[in-house]
Amino acid sequence: MNDMRPLERIVDTDNVKIAAKNVQVYYGDTHAIKDVDVDILANTVTAFIGPSGCGKSTFLRCINRMNDTIDIARIEGNILLDGEDIYDKRVDPVQLRARVGMVFQKPNPFPKSIYDNVAYGPKIHGLARNKAELDEIVEKALRRGAIWDEVKDRLHASGTGLSGGQQQRLCIARAVATEPEVLLMDEPCSALDPIATAQVEELIDELKETYSVVIVTHSMQQAARVSQKTAFFHLGNLVEYGDTGDIFNTPQDQRTESYITGRIG
Amino acid sequence: MPVFWILAIVLVLGAAGYVLGRARALSSAGDDYRSLHSLPSYYGWNAFILTVVPALLVLAAWMLIAPIVIDGMVSGLVDEGMQEGSNLSLLMSDVRRLAAGLDSAVSSGALSASEASGLVADNALAGRLMGLGISLGSSVTETTLAAAQRYRGLAAASQVWMAVVVIALAAGGLLLGLRRINPSFRARNAVETGLLALLILASSIAILTTLGIVLSMLFETINFFRQYPASEFFFSTTWSPDFRGNSELGILPLLWGTLYISLIALLVAVPVGLFAAIYLSEYAGPKMRAVAKPLIEVLAGIPTIVYGLFALITVGPALRDYFAQPLGLGNSSSSVMTAGLVMGIMLIPFVSSLSDDIINAVPQSMRDGSLGLGATPSETIRSVIIPAALPGIVGAVLLAASRAIGETMIVVLGAGAAAARLNEGLTEAINPFEAMTTVTVKIVSQLTGDTDFASPETLVAFALGLTLFVITLALNVLALYIVRKYREQYE
Repeated sequence: MNDMRPLERIVDTDNVKIAAKNVQVYYGDTHAIKDVDVDILANTVTAFIGPSGCGKSTFLRCINRMNDTIDIARIEGNILLDGEDIYDKRVDPVQLRARVGMVFQKPNPFPKSIYDNVAYGPKIHGLARNKAELDEIVEKALRRGAIWDEVKDRLHASGTGLSGGQQQRLCIARAVATEPEVLLMDEPCSALDPIATAQVEELIDELKETYSVVIVTHSMQQAARVSQKTAFFHLGNLVEYGDTGDIFNTPQDQRTESYITGRIG
Repeated sequence: MPVFWILAIVLVLGAAGYVLGRARALSSAGDDYRSLHSLPSYYGWNAFILTVVPALLVLAAWMLIAPIVIDGMVSGLVDEGMQEGSNLSLLMSDVRRLAAGLDSAVSSGALSASEASGLVADNALAGRLMGLGISLGSSVTETTLAAAQRYRGLAAASQVWMAVVVIALAAGGLLLGLRRINPSFRARNAVETGLLALLILASSIAILTTLGIVLSMLFETINFFRQYPASEFFFSTTWSPDFRGNSELGILPLLWGTLYISLIALLVAVPVGLFAAIYLSEYAGPKMRAVAKPLIEVLAGIPTIVYGLFALITVGPALRDYFAQPLGLGNSSSSVMTAGLVMGIMLIPFVSSLSDDIINAVPQSMRDGSLGLGATPSETIRSVIIPAALPGIVGAVLLAASRAIGETMIVVLGAGAAAARLNEGLTEAINPFEAMTTVTVKIVSQLTGDTDFASPETLVAFALGLTLFVITLALNVLALYIVRKYREQYE
């Protein structure tokens, strides 16, 4: 996973999972996202990069309608998930969030046991018929989160007692347990040390076999390491979007080049 | 010298300490005051503290101890000349009253100082004193007068010495504070220590007061149990005090009333308060919140007597007319239900306001995490927010319970002042439309009026109070245990 030659990796598929068209986001009077068009592919890791405040996290939160919880946020335009507009009145944002899981910047395990943390989603969505099935789902999710071996002997210990890296992997396992189709990650490694970061990145690479993963990151190395597609945001605009290799090696836009080479941001 | 002047002098010395200390620190630093260890004002404050604090401590101690010492010295004198059958404490209070009367007569100019000290205990004296506005319990005897004169002498000497010692101490502190000043003296740390001592003093006052309250209750309770068997008090099911004797002072009917009314109050207040708090903190917009929260808190500002009136003239009759009488449960407008409902309304703001703050303190990341997994807001509240906020919510409920148990006015006006009748069958005892009363109401009724503080009918009030205290303490301990055991701690 420390492969720093993004050019040689190819995008596996051309299935569009999420299609955003002409998306505008306003926070009160602030126009936070301007005219964003982007197609996110299935079974691909897509990285959003850009300086702080450029709108990448805001856009990420639009994809599972987490911005609905902010009173002053207003969204225009279309975001299609498998061809269906997620801002359509008929779409239940609660159901949508079960399909589009999210991992946050700061690990936020619930103050419950490790088991209950992971079982939370399956329980509220009724994914398990009995205790045995639930146990199975929890184990599978923890294995996918690459944390099973570390916690299998203390599933009933508190999730908040784990180390930062373990907590974040627990949160990933928690998100995976509801079997989403898309996994959104908002700077998942910003609170982690390099070793934990490496573990999470390895995990992300495995997750793309099953999900479409969108990751916001401030680390360009991380974007280069884990993603196949990269989108560069600047001041609320999507400046450039393409294969990670192209963005890093032959950026088309002056601003992208400046950012990547460290002249702005 | 009056205490006021002593205080003023000490404070003036303290202020001088501040000014001089600051000036001395500045001059000792020479050209560059940055060579001082602390800011100049810290040297000033240090001198101020050294001047004022020991002097005031001694002043306070002197004022507490001197009367006791003087009493001890004078009571020896009274004791010797005491007649058969008279009471030392009554005589001593006569002595003190006489001494105070003479002092006020001297200060108002009715007697000259020499006249006052030259009084003779004859029959004319009592009348003369009466003319000066000094009334005494018994006739003025030679002993009383002599003791009173001695009392005056000692008190005057004590005043003078107190002034001398306190002012000398302040002056000494001032000099010491000033002498200690040099650029390397750590005045900042010394002031810090002084502040720490102040904070410790404040918290120990709170703790010691609690201890004092418990002890005073304890002694009176022990007195009570000397006169009345404890087993009767704790296990008798009848409460019928009679000041002529033969009282039955069983706590059970009162305790049952207290717990029953409190239970109904909490059944009203906890769900309503908690749901209101959840609405305000999780669902309401900022405008709604800004209006609703103060409106709910207005309830907390209503005096309980007003709630009592509401219970008496509105809730009680309404419950009687629409529930109790049609259902054949009673004819009284005073009922457990009336008091419980009204008390529940009173407690709503306690529960809601505290719970609201606690729910708001749960980090947003918890909500995001749950909503991000596709949980609805109410699922999030039930499974994540409430468990995380549980210790605080239990605390809020407990505070409400303590208020309910201690509430008196609403009970008197809402539920009456008749103790529950536990001997007349279960239905009587648990009928919520029966009049009942609580421990606190009975404490008031046992202590009001013309009462003898030595009879069990009066002393029972202290036993009741102590029992109530123990119960609320046990509730607190239980709640702490529950919270420790089940809390889900977030960072």
